[in-house]
Amino acid sequence: MRIVWSKVLLFAACLIPVAMLAWDVWRALAGDLEALGADPGEAIVHRLGEWGIRLLLATLSVSSIARLVKRPGLIRYRRMVGLFAFAYVAMHFAAYFGILAGAELAALLADLGKRPYIIAGGGALLILLPLALTSTRAAQRRLKKNWRRLHRLVYLAAALAVLHIAWLAKVSYVDAYIYGAFTLLLLGERVYHWMRSKQRARQAT
Amino acid sequence: MLIKRQARIQPSEITPESVYRSRRHFIGVTAASLLATPALASSFLADKIPSGLGNPKFTEAITPFDLANSHNNYYEFGTDKSDPAKHAPGLTIDPWSVEIVGEVGKPGMYALEDILRPHSFEERVYRLRCVEAWSMVIPWIGIPLQAVLQRFEPTGDAKYVEFTTLYRPSEMPGQRSSGFFSSIDFPYVEGLRIDEAMHPLAILAVGMYGQVLPKQNGAPLRLVVPWKYGFKSIKGIVKIRLTAREPKTTWNLSAPQEYGFYANVNPEVDHPRWSQASERRLDGSFFGNRIDTRMFNGYADEVASLYSGMNLRRYY
Repeated sequence: MRIVWSKVLLFAACLIPVAMLAWDVWRALAGDLEALGADPGEAIVHRLGEWGIRLLLATLSVSSIARLVKRPGLIRYRRMVGLFAFAYVAMHFAAYFGILAGAELAALLADLGKRPYIIAGGGALLILLPLALTSTRAAQRRLKKNWRRLHRLVYLAAALAVLHIAWLAKVSYVDAYIYGAFTLLLLGERVYHWMRSKQRARQAT
Repeated sequence: MLIKRQARIQPSEITPESVYRSRRHFIGVTAASLLATPALASSFLADKIPSGLGNPKFTEAITPFDLANSHNNYYEFGTDKSDPAKHAPGLTIDPWSVEIVGEVGKPGMYALEDILRPHSFEERVYRLRCVEAWSMVIPWIGIPLQAVLQRFEPTGDAKYVEFTTLYRPSEMPGQRSSGFFSSIDFPYVEGLRIDEAMHPLAILAVGMYGQVLPKQNGAPLRLVVPWKYGFKSIKGIVKIRLTAREPKTTWNLSAPQEYGFYANVNPEVDHPRWSQASERRLDGSFFGNRIDTRMFNGYADEVASLYSGMNLRRYY
């Protein structure tokens, strides 16, 4: 098997946030208050979630960037970024459940039933799960046209993630604004691209 | 006798008896002496602080000082918990004066020294429960609010007390970024019903852990109301107004369905976005201990009578 070095590099880059977090956890365990602050549990959950949405939006950016720089081959990097996005979101959930919900299923269910931001976040995770599972080439072949339809759900996941951030903000909506604006920008680019290709198709006939 | 013992809530309930007793030696500092030489006073007090506070025999250990002075909600200095420790040291707190206005016989602008001088300080070890569901145990140094208020002779129309935090954007970077990107307005305002303010557990704090209050913890003067969520315990007070009407308080104005005027700690009334049934006691351990939240933050015996007959679901 041929080793694609650019993919190895990308793989390593996607591991940097979790490696840095692991380093800070190590420092915090050694008693360094600067590493994760006075509430390390909250900091871990927060940082994993932050990287989850960043990588999710990065996944959505791949095709836009490929179109912008006219290098359709860039698409081959998308799956890895998407899988890392899922991995960070899954770790974010695991940390929330293990630390903030005290690993109590009852606490989790109570939260799910009552807190809109947890419903939104849980929804995004549940959507990303089948997308991660069907990310293989074999699944792509088996699902044929339905694969694209299924994977369009990623937009819903991104919208839910932005909602999750907006609803949990106590006072500052800066994060929600930034991620929301970025999501809209990516969606706008797609609408623009779709309209232009329709126009071209009409001109061609 | 400089230290008055609390009638029912004993500091020994949360502080080891030995530590508590040894601490009594250094709390015997009058307001005047602490104020005269703040630097000296603070090092003098610091030297007397027993090391290794907390005792395994007591489940509620005092929160390490390093946590209490680095994990703060003080939006005037930024919304991140670490922002106040970063930006508050630049705040000028000397000179400091407090304006006392409204329904009082002796309104006026008073220098902090004049407000504190006649009183002696007491140490109070209190639980601090944040509305965000984390908590600490902090040894405050202060004066019963009641004693201070009475000196200014509240009139019969004084039904509420309103407190205002300093507004000084040049030294408080968080106050420069209000508006679109945030949802609270400055200056920060908090308030109490007069009977709450007169309750012996409510104090005006000037110190903690045997030292002068760090600026990120609300120096030089802050409120501590241990049975209410932390945001009620307003920091950096520059104005106290006694009034006939319920004050319009900052968090209540910002999100009335989430933050009530009363904001009593209550495990049965959830915040609309998270449960208040339990809390994480930040104690320096990695995950923080998850413990059950107690009614009125464990001070029900002392304060529940203030709210008899009130629907606490409605007046949250």
